[in-house]
Amino acid sequence: MTLVTHHDLPIPGTYMFDGHAAMKGYALNKMCFSFNKAENREEFLKDEDAYCTKFGLNDEQRKAIKERNVLAMIHAGGCIYYLAKFAGIFHLTVQDVGAQQTGMTVEEFKKKLKAQGE
Amino acid sequence: MARVVGGLTTSHIPAIGNAVPREKELVNDPYWKPFFAAYPPARAWLQKAKPDVAIVIYNDHGLNFFLDKMPTFAIGAAAEYRNADEGWGIPTTPPFQGDQELSWHIIESLVHDEFDVTTCQEMLVDHGFTVPMSLFWPGNSYGGVKTIPVCINTVQHPLPSPLRCFKLGQAIGRAVESYPKDLKVVVLGTGGMSHQLDGERAGFINKKFDLLCLDKLVNEPEVLTRYSIHELVREAGAQGAEFILWLAMRGALSGKVTKVHSSYHVAVSNTATGLLVLDNAA
Repeated sequence: MTLVTHHDLPIPGTYMFDGHAAMKGYALNKMCFSFNKAENREEFLKDEDAYCTKFGLNDEQRKAIKERNVLAMIHAGGCIYYLAKFAGIFHLTVQDVGAQQTGMTVEEFKKKLKAQGE
Repeated sequence: MARVVGGLTTSHIPAIGNAVPREKELVNDPYWKPFFAAYPPARAWLQKAKPDVAIVIYNDHGLNFFLDKMPTFAIGAAAEYRNADEGWGIPTTPPFQGDQELSWHIIESLVHDEFDVTTCQEMLVDHGFTVPMSLFWPGNSYGGVKTIPVCINTVQHPLPSPLRCFKLGQAIGRAVESYPKDLKVVVLGTGGMSHQLDGERAGFINKKFDLLCLDKLVNEPEVLTRYSIHELVREAGAQGAEFILWLAMRGALSGKVTKVHSSYHVAVSNTATGLLVLDNAA
């Protein structure tokens, strides 16, 4: 049995958060990192636009934030570990976020997860 | 001399952090039962082994480290480690006691062995550290064990290779076994198993690969060190690459390794959960 499989072929539906993404998404990720603190989450909710301006988000990032669109945030350089803190403001779980990205309902997404254990 | 008496691995999903304080009630809940039912044998082994120190190999998910400074390998050298708000509402845990003298001994030994780690005298520990500690030592006093956090970057690629992480574990094992005090040490590797949170492939789980890893990690870990990070992401999902933390744990066990207990369950939250308890006899 060979255990070493493929090499560097792209993995469909998967985005490596690498140096390129880290440069592109720095402002967005820095804003989301700030959401570790409750006072920052409150400040964001009071005036989203002002908060995005404070962190210097570009238009693509602001649009993704405004639309709560996780895939668009990833395309704009977002890293899921920081984006999860943004999702947390709205009490969205990783299952809600997974359902949104895969175009499923949360129930369908949960079924898909479970089915892979059978 | 200090000895590595064993190694444990467990998933560290944040949802577990919410569930742990309610374990007594949730152990009968159909969703949580298969998960919590797996832990009593691990706790029983720990009660028998009575470790003095737990070296916890984990990944930070954006509590202590940000992209401004992202160490590949970082180690705690503090008297105490605190948890804090991670932004999405799991309860914070009581602080963890450190062992500064052993931390510095390990740091000296690692750098001598060409692992140039980032040393941290202040370090917040997130769910990657706190969830396993709360699972293995329920009740908030963590069995009185002192802890040493070892953080490996899984946030920003390039990540260190599986082989490099295994070698780091070997170097940690050598460091412990050269420490003159009579201490019993366990090494924890946290995270995994297969899961992916981001992208259109979110929700990916690979049971076949997870079971292979659980099996090979016991006595043929070298086989698993041949994977590249890219292959690991393909097989285990984007965040399943956390398996490098398990490999680092396994590297620290250099004696006669036997499996005490293992468990696998799909799924808690988005993640296939795995548990492994390994005894490391002299």
